[in-house]
Amino acid sequence: MTTEASLVGLVFLPLLAACLLWAVGQRAPWLRQGLVWLSLLAPLALLLAPTLALTTQPVVEVVLAGHAPPLGIGLRLDALSLLMLWLVAVVGAGAGAYASFVEPPGSDAGTRFWPPWLLLMTGLNALFLSADLFNLYVAIELVTLAAVALVAWSGKGAALRAAMRYLLLAMLASLAYLLAVALLYAEHGTLDLYLLARGVAAGSDTTRIALALLIVSLLLKAAIFPLHIWLPPAHARAPGAVSAVLSALVVKGGVYLVYRIWFWTLDGAQPALVANLLGALGACAIVYGSIAALLQSRLKPLVAYSTVAQLGYLMLVFPMTATVASGALAWKGVIYQLLSHGLAKAALFLAAASLLRGVGSDRLVDLAGASRRFPLSVFAVGLSGISLMGLPPSGGFLAKWLLLEAAWIQRGWVWMAVLLLGSLLASVYVFRALSAMMATPGDDAKAPVDAALPRPVPWQMDVAAVTLALLAVIAGFASAPIFELLNAAAPFPRVESATPISERALP
Amino acid sequence: MSQAAIYVMAAAAVIGAGVYGLLVAGHLLRKLLAINLLGSGVFLLLVALAGRSGGAPDPVPQALVITGIVVAVSMTAFALALLDRLFRETGQARMDVADDDD
Repeated sequence: MTTEASLVGLVFLPLLAACLLWAVGQRAPWLRQGLVWLSLLAPLALLLAPTLALTTQPVVEVVLAGHAPPLGIGLRLDALSLLMLWLVAVVGAGAGAYASFVEPPGSDAGTRFWPPWLLLMTGLNALFLSADLFNLYVAIELVTLAAVALVAWSGKGAALRAAMRYLLLAMLASLAYLLAVALLYAEHGTLDLYLLARGVAAGSDTTRIALALLIVSLLLKAAIFPLHIWLPPAHARAPGAVSAVLSALVVKGGVYLVYRIWFWTLDGAQPALVANLLGALGACAIVYGSIAALLQSRLKPLVAYSTVAQLGYLMLVFPMTATVASGALAWKGVIYQLLSHGLAKAALFLAAASLLRGVGSDRLVDLAGASRRFPLSVFAVGLSGISLMGLPPSGGFLAKWLLLEAAWIQRGWVWMAVLLLGSLLASVYVFRALSAMMATPGDDAKAPVDAALPRPVPWQMDVAAVTLALLAVIAGFASAPIFELLNAAAPFPRVESATPISERALP
Repeated sequence: MSQAAIYVMAAAAVIGAGVYGLLVAGHLLRKLLAINLLGSGVFLLLVALAGRSGGAPDPVPQALVITGIVVAVSMTAFALALLDRLFRETGQARMDVADDDD
């Protein structure tokens, strides 16, 4: 199978499967099972050909049906896109396998759960493969719509309200994004991220306003402090597998686009003041999110606030790229953080959901004794905690080590202090959750309200969580191939080789 | 004042009204209407930008507007369904209510 067909398949297979599932409805449970499993596992196979192709060429471009962008759809794959696609495929398969035990594709509820799930995967794959602002807009909207639908899945008041808040803010962000795109197009006559780079360096005030609007709208979608307010309720109230995908992939989509615009479109023209501002927001996110996580009395909100904190690390790259030496290290560090946090946080949310399902509550006090009744779930919490805290040999350790080294080279003492404080606070909140699970239940512990509790959790669900957590740890010492890709994907030195999909082709 | 300036200023006014409504309104239906107003302002600006003196209009902003309208309609339809369900579950159609800790 050729690379081009694989890339097209990554976007269209889940899309077609979602539409088919809708059309089939309640009929043919075996067909629904097959479609869901095919779309969960196929991306892992489809990514092999593009991965091989990138060993010989830096960029793969596909122009669908011969219609050139901006009116047609072009896909563009480079090493950074490839890493993101692998993250989507692995977390999607892990969380999807988990979800298939909660909402079996053959069941009645499954007919409503899986179409938005697969649309979310379509949107994410399209997002990471798009190179012009127009296609990106469509991909972002698809991701948002599917994500909100999945947050509201339980149909309870609190989940609906969380979904509503998410939707309203996401709609606002989308329109701000569209406004920025309109202004950029009016100024430069192109929507291609790489063609824009030529005009942006000597940009006018309008260009600067448009870029600021673009970045703020993406920060809102990425839930970067102080635009994070929608995240904790949405991620805490969503079903477990959905929270995993939201925290591991959906918010990363926003961060990825900010990187693309900052390092590629704005290449060489990044204002230092804004870089420091973004770094400061990241530092605030780390401190605020970690302390808020510490104060939670329930496991899922704790994990959600931990996401707010861990997203902060991804913003530290901006001030650290001021010098070339620290920039290369910081770039590897944040991409490593992005990948290992994605794996670890997905595992942590899955494990938290297993505990919530098994114990019937995710209050930390109610989790006492969970380590004996649900050893595998608690093991997954511990393993993913290792990466979140940044303990060796995990992927999180490598990420934070690279960032520390970059801060050291740059004499950025504030960033170093924030990095160390962040790891310290992360270890406190992870240990607080773990010690609650290891505690012996007191005699005065009230009897469970529901006689069916504690309820056994299917072992396959725990295996999905443990596998993702193990991958986050393994990422720490299996770093060579990823570093090779990162070196290829680094925006430093300047990416002169990035050829645009097409020159502006207007009829 | 040129024709383009009139369109741009009208778009700015509509966008401003939309943002104001979104921030100030308490009822969710009003918030949704405000977002739609904001969207109309952005579309107006895009269509105004598509105009080229003398020649045929630029098709790219128009394609953006069509897509934007499709997205806005589906988002609004979804938001209305969500609002309907929220009202039936909680008897409230506002955001500024404390969540019951189930």
